[in-house]
Amino acid sequence: MRVVLAEDLFLLRDGLVRLLEAYGCEMLAAVATGPELSRALAELEPDVAVVDVRLPPSHTDEGLQCALAARRARPGLPVLVLSQHVERLYARELLADGDGGVGYLLKDRVFDADRFVDAVRRVAAGGTAMDPQVISQLLDRGRARDEPLGRLTPRELEVLELMAQGRSNTAIAAQLLVTERAVAKHTSNIFAKLDLKVSDDDNRRVLAVLAYLDRT
Amino acid sequence: MAGTAAGTTTAGDAGAAYGGGGGAPAGPARAALLAAVRGFAVALTALPASVVLLVCTLVSVALIPLGVGVLTTPSVLALVRAHARARRALAARWAGVRIPEAYRPPPADARGGLVGRAERCAHLLKDPATWRDVLWLLTDPSAGFLTALAPALVLAYGVEGLVLAAGLWRAFDGGADPYWYAFVPVDGLGTGMAAGGLGLVLLAVGLRFGPVLLRGHFTLTKALLGRPPEAELHERIDRLTETRHDAVDASATELRRIERDLHDGAQARLVAMGMDLGTIEALVEKDPARAKALLAKAREDSAAALAELRDLVRGIHPPVLAERGLGDAVRALALRLPLPAEVTVDLPGRVEPPVESAAYFAVSEVLTNVVKHARADRVWIDVRYTGVMLSVTVTDDGIGGAGAGAAGGGSGLGGVERRLGAFDGVLAVSSPVGGPTVVTMEIPCVSS
Repeated sequence: MRVVLAEDLFLLRDGLVRLLEAYGCEMLAAVATGPELSRALAELEPDVAVVDVRLPPSHTDEGLQCALAARRARPGLPVLVLSQHVERLYARELLADGDGGVGYLLKDRVFDADRFVDAVRRVAAGGTAMDPQVISQLLDRGRARDEPLGRLTPRELEVLELMAQGRSNTAIAAQLLVTERAVAKHTSNIFAKLDLKVSDDDNRRVLAVLAYLDRT
Repeated sequence: MAGTAAGTTTAGDAGAAYGGGGGAPAGPARAALLAAVRGFAVALTALPASVVLLVCTLVSVALIPLGVGVLTTPSVLALVRAHARARRALAARWAGVRIPEAYRPPPADARGGLVGRAERCAHLLKDPATWRDVLWLLTDPSAGFLTALAPALVLAYGVEGLVLAAGLWRAFDGGADPYWYAFVPVDGLGTGMAAGGLGLVLLAVGLRFGPVLLRGHFTLTKALLGRPPEAELHERIDRLTETRHDAVDASATELRRIERDLHDGAQARLVAMGMDLGTIEALVEKDPARAKALLAKAREDSAAALAELRDLVRGIHPPVLAERGLGDAVRALALRLPLPAEVTVDLPGRVEPPVESAAYFAVSEVLTNVVKHARADRVWIDVRYTGVMLSVTVTDDGIGGAGAGAAGGGSGLGGVERRLGAFDGVLAVSSPVGGPTVVTMEIPCVSS
């Protein structure tokens, strides 16, 4: 997996490079500013870009803007955005093109290296990795306002939460300590209750759930 | 449409507008006649009302040493103020002259009964605005009367000149004493015609400048009744002192809160992590299993410390605000609300950072109030920049009845008002019982 990394804090950049290399990723470039990132994304054609939202020189959401611009130039370019805080607003913008291959995680998630690298791989493969905080924000709002969501059982809500984060059925089964068959059953129940079109494609399925949750 | 506009008494402006649009000279003339009638009406009421009130006030104040005045003065002065207020209203409505009131607010802890009345009397007599009112009463029947009458007088005098020219000059033809029309001694056809010419000029002036003459009266009134410039400065200084005090107070409280949060939160967690790491170092060979458990705990502590710092940062300066500015920060805020919110933003660029931050926290506070108290189904947030002013409106369809707090302070809205006060911003609340509630915040600022 060929990775471009953009992170302005040296310690974190260095740590991420070592972490990703330890998991067998090839680091094409590790840059510290927005313009460098734009250049790297245009020239190097990575499998995935790992990008900090806030980058110099402007110290605004320059990283996010560079990533979105690169995805406009190359639709579907996998981008995993990292931030000290997560906002639904940003998640919505990342998901807006509906192409998938996006991730949006708190920097804290790096602590769990296995899961973090799993998220990077998922995004590189065209999947989704949404931070649990974004999803719980969506669910909290949704449950108060959306009647079909209220009809889900607690177990189905758990499955929905993990599914919306972008986790595969296998990963969900492992986390909830149930069989994959059981997860598949919960999933079809959820889709029936929310009146969503069932899709065999995992990525389509996640995007449909996210779009559903984001309407409230 | 023009016909209906011409007939009514309030049609001065409409008539003028019509005259301009329709090309007929009737507009200005009608405006002049209207000004004459209005001035005449003001003069007619000003004379007796002001004289009577002036006499009453002087008598009442003179009677204070006898005790009776203490009882009557507040009532008389209330009438004086009502009279002045009526004139202020006319000034605004008829001539667009705004005359601000500068009365000191009555003492908050007013007592009832005789003592209260005496206190009120003393309070009123100490208010310089009271004495400015008296001065106005003194001039209103003379200078005020004449200036109010001016638009009518000029027209009437002009008409008299025309009448002289039309034939009235004959009455003075060949007489021993000429009739003086202004500076023209009318004693024959020639001078009669001269009077007519002068009358025409006066009439033209009157018709052209009638409204200006009437505004002259109200400008005079403003000079007497309005706030003297130093009073405005005093008020400004008082206001600045108060808002600076509030701002210093608020930032001190804020710093104390941040210090406490750091001390009890992230700092304590880092200490615990450091201790755990020390223990792990000692245990790693002797008891790897326990060392591993402690490592997990250290990681949890670091995650918790990060979460606490994140919340703290959001309370100091939300990252979205730094990254995206006010518009998107308010949008992000709306997305966190438990009820549907519609956000419209019209900002040309970023406003000054301190204003941005104050506006953000004000909106946040108002929205918290909506969630807590309004029982609303929906909320609308409008953020716009008008060239000199950042204006934010939060509307909800809840039960209303908010706003007592805005005046009285203490509630969330009082806090918002103080927060905005440091920037010369203002807060207005309209919240009839039953809703809807509209909270408008305005802060003067420049946009980049």
